[in-house]
Amino acid sequence: MNTSLALSAKEWLDEQLYFFGGLVYLTRDCLREGFKSPHNGKLLVEQIYQVGYRSFPLVLVTSGAIGMVMALQFGYGLEKFGGKPYVPRLVASTILREIGPMFTSLMFAARVGAGIASEIGSMVVTQQIDAIRALGSSPIKKIVIPRVLACLIVLPLLAAMANVIGNIGGLIVGAMELNIDPQFYFRRIIETSNIKDYMSGFGKTFFFALFIAIPSCYFGLNVKNGTQEVGVATRKAVVTSSLLILIGDFFLAKVFWVLEKWL
Amino acid sequence: MAVIEVKNFKKSFGSKSVHEDVSFYVKKGECLGLVGGSGTGKSVLLRSLIGLERSDGGTIQINGQEVSNLKEQDWIPLRKNVAYAFQGGALFDSMTIFQNLAYPLDEHSNFSSAQKQDRILSQLSDFGLAGTEHLYPSEISGGMQKRVGLARAMMLEPEVILYDEPTAGLDPYNTKRIQELILKLKTKGVTAILVTHDMPTAFAVCDKFAFLKDKVIKEQGTPEQLKNQPNSLIHQFIEGNIL
Repeated sequence: MNTSLALSAKEWLDEQLYFFGGLVYLTRDCLREGFKSPHNGKLLVEQIYQVGYRSFPLVLVTSGAIGMVMALQFGYGLEKFGGKPYVPRLVASTILREIGPMFTSLMFAARVGAGIASEIGSMVVTQQIDAIRALGSSPIKKIVIPRVLACLIVLPLLAAMANVIGNIGGLIVGAMELNIDPQFYFRRIIETSNIKDYMSGFGKTFFFALFIAIPSCYFGLNVKNGTQEVGVATRKAVVTSSLLILIGDFFLAKVFWVLEKWL
Repeated sequence: MAVIEVKNFKKSFGSKSVHEDVSFYVKKGECLGLVGGSGTGKSVLLRSLIGLERSDGGTIQINGQEVSNLKEQDWIPLRKNVAYAFQGGALFDSMTIFQNLAYPLDEHSNFSSAQKQDRILSQLSDFGLAGTEHLYPSEISGGMQKRVGLARAMMLEPEVILYDEPTAGLDPYNTKRIQELILKLKTKGVTAILVTHDMPTAFAVCDKFAFLKDKVIKEQGTPEQLKNQPNSLIHQFIEGNIL
């Protein structure tokens, strides 16, 4: 029993070491090849369309709904203490600092991370990645870098939109359910939120983009045993990206907190 | 002079050894038929020749250059001259046939758009694929996909081509067309290695054979030698007496 537990712990540890080592190698390859010409702008634009434009409806719905729910919960909770005027400040601050960027990133991981891992995994299974190599080009340059860059460009933009839409959702519920004057609500958001609130959430999205794109590409490229493993890779990509976002969020929040104090 | 020379090649996956001491050579313009039972590592050997698998020992020389320990980026210029025809074509499914054929030209040539278009349409015509340029791989048959894969591999006019079961799963008509294409390329002086179980095709196009069994090349010879030796391993393999 103890031996088998020790063995499975060793296997788990080996797997984690391979994974983190693989991420480091993949990041190194991206940095090494990303600066070499020629650069293919067409592939990047295509990926921006795929991962960005098509993710927008999902972000619109989730951020709007979250803003509305938060306004409702804060409103009902604070009503007893006469704290309804604080709802705009609370909703705005929570969305800008945490909920907007994090929920957008989690939704993005589920949609785009899964898409990247399954697409690359299928390309491995059908030997398209081998074909890229056999035709004298680099899968890192052709496949990985455009996806990583697209995530780095698109996720912050989506998070910025989510911040706006979430607050609009809060404003609508504030006006309709909590009877807060919309002009007052809007003014409170503008007066009480500051650039530090915004930047501490927005800044994290660049890291979240890397937490999604690189593991997803890694799992896709490491599919080995046929189509069954494409599903496994997709699941691993979503779970790992989500965990990295959630755990990374804590440490990034601390880093931004220190930076805010310092600035 | 040998264009491809493999000496004491070794390859294993984890603890599983696939090749222990494989040696052979192919001269310019020759076509070597690499035959053997399923799972003997023919495709692994072929993939190792173009760096898609790393070797674990021995040497691989292409045009006198040692390639077995090249880094991935050093393979890139070499792969312009050594093409690989994948078993299933390995076409890029998000691209049209035209875009698939344009890929190697976009990567490695300075042709103008008009020149590229001329070359691609001419190549498609040579491979009996005229009129398919706007289609996607999923819209053409398996035989056509293999021919497109072959046409794409030949776009840069390589000196060496490695065929991985080019006729597997094809009907006699398409098999014959692939045979004709391989023979046509041979007349242009292209050096080739053909991995196949399709012995009629192998006898039609190969100048010599290497029989892979038990992790080594067990037997080598010309088609004539093999025909005259009923006890040879390849002869017995063809007759279905050994695996």
